[in-house]
Amino acid sequence: MSTVTLKVDNLKVWYRTLRGDVQALDGVSFGVGDGEVVGLAGESGCGKSTLGKSLIRLDGRMRHVGGTVELDGKELPIADSGRMSGFRFKEVSIIPQYAMSALNPTRRIGRMVAELLESRGVRADGVHQELLRRLELVGLDPEVLDRYPIELSGGMKQRMVMVLSTLLNPSLLIADEITSALDVSTQKAVAEALVDFRDRHYVKSTIFITHDLSLVYQIADSIIVMYAGKLAEKAPTDALVSSPRHPYTRMLISALPEVGVRFGTRRLRGIPGSPPSLLDPPTGCRFRDRCPLAFEKCAEQPPFLEVAPDHFAACWKAF
Amino acid sequence: MLRLERVSKSYRVGTFGGRELVAVREVSLQVRPGEVVSLIGESGSGKSTIGRMILRLTSVTSGTISFEDRDVAAFKGDRLRTYYADVQGVFQDPFSCYNPVFKADRVLELLRGPYFPGMDGRRWRDKLEASLEAVRLDPGQVLGKYPHQLSGGQLQRMLVARALLLDIRLLVADEIISMLDASTRIDVLNLLGDLKARGLGILFITHDLSLGNYLSDTAVILHRGQVVESGPADRVFGQPEHPYTRSLLASVPQLHRKWDRRSHAVPEPAGEGG
Repeated sequence: MSTVTLKVDNLKVWYRTLRGDVQALDGVSFGVGDGEVVGLAGESGCGKSTLGKSLIRLDGRMRHVGGTVELDGKELPIADSGRMSGFRFKEVSIIPQYAMSALNPTRRIGRMVAELLESRGVRADGVHQELLRRLELVGLDPEVLDRYPIELSGGMKQRMVMVLSTLLNPSLLIADEITSALDVSTQKAVAEALVDFRDRHYVKSTIFITHDLSLVYQIADSIIVMYAGKLAEKAPTDALVSSPRHPYTRMLISALPEVGVRFGTRRLRGIPGSPPSLLDPPTGCRFRDRCPLAFEKCAEQPPFLEVAPDHFAACWKAF
Repeated sequence: MLRLERVSKSYRVGTFGGRELVAVREVSLQVRPGEVVSLIGESGSGKSTIGRMILRLTSVTSGTISFEDRDVAAFKGDRLRTYYADVQGVFQDPFSCYNPVFKADRVLELLRGPYFPGMDGRRWRDKLEASLEAVRLDPGQVLGKYPHQLSGGQLQRMLVARALLLDIRLLVADEIISMLDASTRIDVLNLLGDLKARGLGILFITHDLSLGNYLSDTAVILHRGQVVESGPADRVFGQPEHPYTRSLLASVPQLHRKWDRRSHAVPEPAGEGG
């Protein structure tokens, strides 16, 4: 990757709770290249959505504890919601998990789009042609603009939000679990449209957040695997799937049932145990308790190092 | 054991019920002891409606559902209670099956009154522990805890344990693992596999073809309320005959095999049932 769109350096975002700080994102560093689709995979509670959200908007409970985020060479003021507002929608955009709730139910979609554009100081008729072109690209009839969100199916809403989020050609698009509520055939269409948008330069780079490793394998250029608030591994897609270096990634891949694997012939195994609480995370490697390879050295936090070209892992056994 | 014959379900929709919406159309299938039948379909295909009809949570419009050659729809009172001792369901969202005010094991305790009156405390406790161990939960870890203290996988396994307390013969598992993480998902699947080996019949309802394939002996593919293909699982997944099954299989994301990206068109979703 020649140029880098997004650079995240040692980012820490914690949640304030009554019982203390939940260290949901604890020192995360990575880059996203120009034109790259990066898949961010992990189990629930690993911090992947927190990472996505903190790049665009910290909600009331989230606190920026440390680290920096740079987009196109400019530092993003992620802790300052007011200043971030100038970046949102134009430079950084998000497709939220539930497109159903992202559309205003009391407005016809066309009017809602116009209001949104005007709130950003963009004249709606100036981009109308572009809007129609993109609707056609994702297979939506222009007449959806005259309809209310309730009249659209889940997949149609998801595609509508996708067109809307990318209308101003943002540098970075965050797609947070956008396909998890969809059927397999719609899922495929939405995921492929996302790649198509990148190919047409509607968005420069995309972070595709999902819990489904086999889905991200289909469309991403590289994959980041997160575990308990830290990055476990990052590598080009094929390298990550065919030669994973972190034991967590390996176990995750071997726990996936595929068409063709049968219980009777080959028994897959899950990962015993459960992720540690991030309220008071253990020292050292956070996967240590569930890891079959753990040894004394794991009491010390492994750094996130390059183990092969473009292939990073945080495991003492991988170096 | 369980047999569905030309079962249909329709709803009256629109103002004054002027329109009829057919959710399930003449579906026939059967589940034998120790057999896992996967009922696979996309949302709106009627797969959950079938599960709910079997569990008597909704009525049948036409056709018959019979369990051991007796019509399920006719069960009342005591006979219905014994039917539920044979047939139980577990559903998608384990978090909404528990009352957050009470301890999680209350779902198990509630069975004691109607089904095991007069069983002494000690034997009940042994029975509880045996069923929790059967789903590989450590009784010490889960008993006496509130739902928020347990993980999704633990809560879901506890619901299976509840079904097992009754020594059921048929389990209707409606999307029971789609809410779980990949690392715990396979544990619940393996658990079902072990139960099947002990003679339990399972109707495994899912939208995920790869999960359906891992466990099942028979696969039934539903599309808009109708069975489009059914047969031995390896044949349905290996040499699918119906174009709908083929297109579904081609859309499933799989590791080590990328999608065929030549077909770039976005399919128009089939008409949404209001």
